[in-house]
Amino acid sequence: MIETSALTKHYGRFTAVDNISFRVEPGEVLGFLGPNGAGKSTTMKMIAGFLAPSSGSVKVCGFDVESRPIEAKRALGYLPEGAPAYGEMTPRAFLGFVADVRGLSGEERTRRLDDVIGRLHLEGVLEQPIETLSKGFKRRVGLAQAILHDPPVLILDEPTDGLDPNQKHEVRTLINAMAKDKVIVISTHILEEVNAVCNRAIIIAGGKLLADAAPAELEARSRYHMAVSLTTTETEKAKEALGAIPDIESVEIDPLDERITAFPRKGKQILAAVSDALKAQGVAIRELQLETGRLDEVFRSITQPHTQEARA
Amino acid sequence: MNPTLTLFKRELSSYFATPVAYVFIVIFLLLSGSFTFYLGGFYERGQADLEPFFQYHPWLYLFLVPAVAMRLWADERKSGTIELLLTLPVTMWQTVVAKFLAAWSFVGLALLLTFPIWITVNYLGEPDNGVILTGYLGSLLMAGGFLAIGACLSATTRSQVIAFILSVVVCFLFLLAGFPLVLDVFRAVAPQSLVDAIAGLSFLSHFNAISQGVVDLRDLLYFLLVIGFWLYANAVVIDLKKAD
Ligand SMILES: Nc1ncnc2c1ncn2[C@@H]1O[C@H](COP(=O)(O)OP(=O)(O)OP(=O)(O)O)[C@@H](O)[C@H]1O
Ligand SMILES: [Mg+2]
Repeated sequence: MIETSALTKHYGRFTAVDNISFRVEPGEVLGFLGPNGAGKSTTMKMIAGFLAPSSGSVKVCGFDVESRPIEAKRALGYLPEGAPAYGEMTPRAFLGFVADVRGLSGEERTRRLDDVIGRLHLEGVLEQPIETLSKGFKRRVGLAQAILHDPPVLILDEPTDGLDPNQKHEVRTLINAMAKDKVIVISTHILEEVNAVCNRAIIIAGGKLLADAAPAELEARSRYHMAVSLTTTETEKAKEALGAIPDIESVEIDPLDERITAFPRKGKQILAAVSDALKAQGVAIRELQLETGRLDEVFRSITQPHTQEARA
Repeated sequence: MNPTLTLFKRELSSYFATPVAYVFIVIFLLLSGSFTFYLGGFYERGQADLEPFFQYHPWLYLFLVPAVAMRLWADERKSGTIELLLTLPVTMWQTVVAKFLAAWSFVGLALLLTFPIWITVNYLGEPDNGVILTGYLGSLLMAGGFLAIGACLSATTRSQVIAFILSVVVCFLFLLAGFPLVLDVFRAVAPQSLVDAIAGLSFLSHFNAISQGVVDLRDLLYFLLVIGFWLYANAVVIDLKKAD
């Protein structure tokens, strides 16, 4: 369990994290979203016990990070931003070092090491100095280090940054597999990742917590939520047909790919009406789809006012 | 395994992961040898002791020890591993002490490898091996003092070069304080008690006392206090400057 209350961090006169409170329970995978410089990494550093908060507090599994740091750190696996590791060490030596510091020994040590090496496919690079590894492998070594002691709480700062599509998929599968009984917090700039692994998302900008909801709820805030989009060769005809439907608020045509999107009036379902109207007019449809909402659009509309304010 | 021991082992082996360690040891041995034989007039003196050997250690350490200490924290800062290190379940003290002890052992190893000169002097004459032993003890303690200064200053920056220069300057001040020339200047303007206090702060006077075979508890205590003080400062600096 993680609990932050009124967490705040100042760098000089600049406020990087501003009064953030939330609570994450086991089984939750929390996605931290926010533009560059939002304060995501700073918040994670405070949860991990690296930076002391300017005010407010963090509890990990009931232990205050400042007054009971050792207990809190034992319960925690942390992947810092950029996955730093001792470059001159090999992954085998590095993971062995972390295992020893974390007090793993004997058979358990061997078992845990084999487990993470297997899970992150590090077998082929075990004897190569970390500084000579590719970016993706470095990240995987960092992830291995974080989950080595099978901690109840995981803080992962951009865990899939720099990974190839296959590895991204594997890491997401890995996170999903661990999610059941753990508290996991990840930060990411990849919005599809939020749908793929998170069951809760927090949006931060300018150090402030702006939204805290399930990904589906966030999508529902999109103006695309429940809109119907389609592509056709007969754009003009289709537009005319849609214009006649009373429940449609507006129709937009993407200038690039001519995709037509019809936005419903508040609370109206238009899918059936659209499909009927087009059929009646004999418009040949290539593809028709009910939109769930676009996370990127929600993200933009939530964070943009704050980023501009910060710049001004 | 005790986490301090684990940290210590990692730190010590990181010295040997690159050729730097070997280069350092070779330079140390070459310099200490040539100082002893050419500047110290080891043969010409016709005395069976190692005074010409130990006499130059303060000056040797002035440059070599900051070179050993500079990477201790500056490198962790630069590569970001400090974030990893300080989020492991160990206390700040364990980390600071483990790193210091690793660097100290490394310098101690280099010092140990000067044993041929001890064999030589025993072959040539009949030295007082007790005095030689205290000489080594004094030298090791002084290296520890320099190292603690270097470790603390290394924590103030992410640049190893800056850490090195800062350490040389501060170490130089600690040496200088016991230099007769400097003390004479002070003697002209300050009361004797202040001059004594300044001399008492110097590495040089305490080192000379120990290396001449006079093991006074106060001299030992002095070096241990210096080490303790700078390591404490080291921990404070890291706590204050972690963020940047
Ligand atoms: N040591 C520091 N001193 C001063 N300002 C800092 C320091 N570290 C971070 N900041 C500032 O704090 C703000 C938040 O930084 P943070 O790294 O938490 O952002 P982030 O949300 O992780 O961004 P990104 O998505 O780019 O990783 C930024 O404006 C950054 O410039
Ligand atoms: Mg970040």
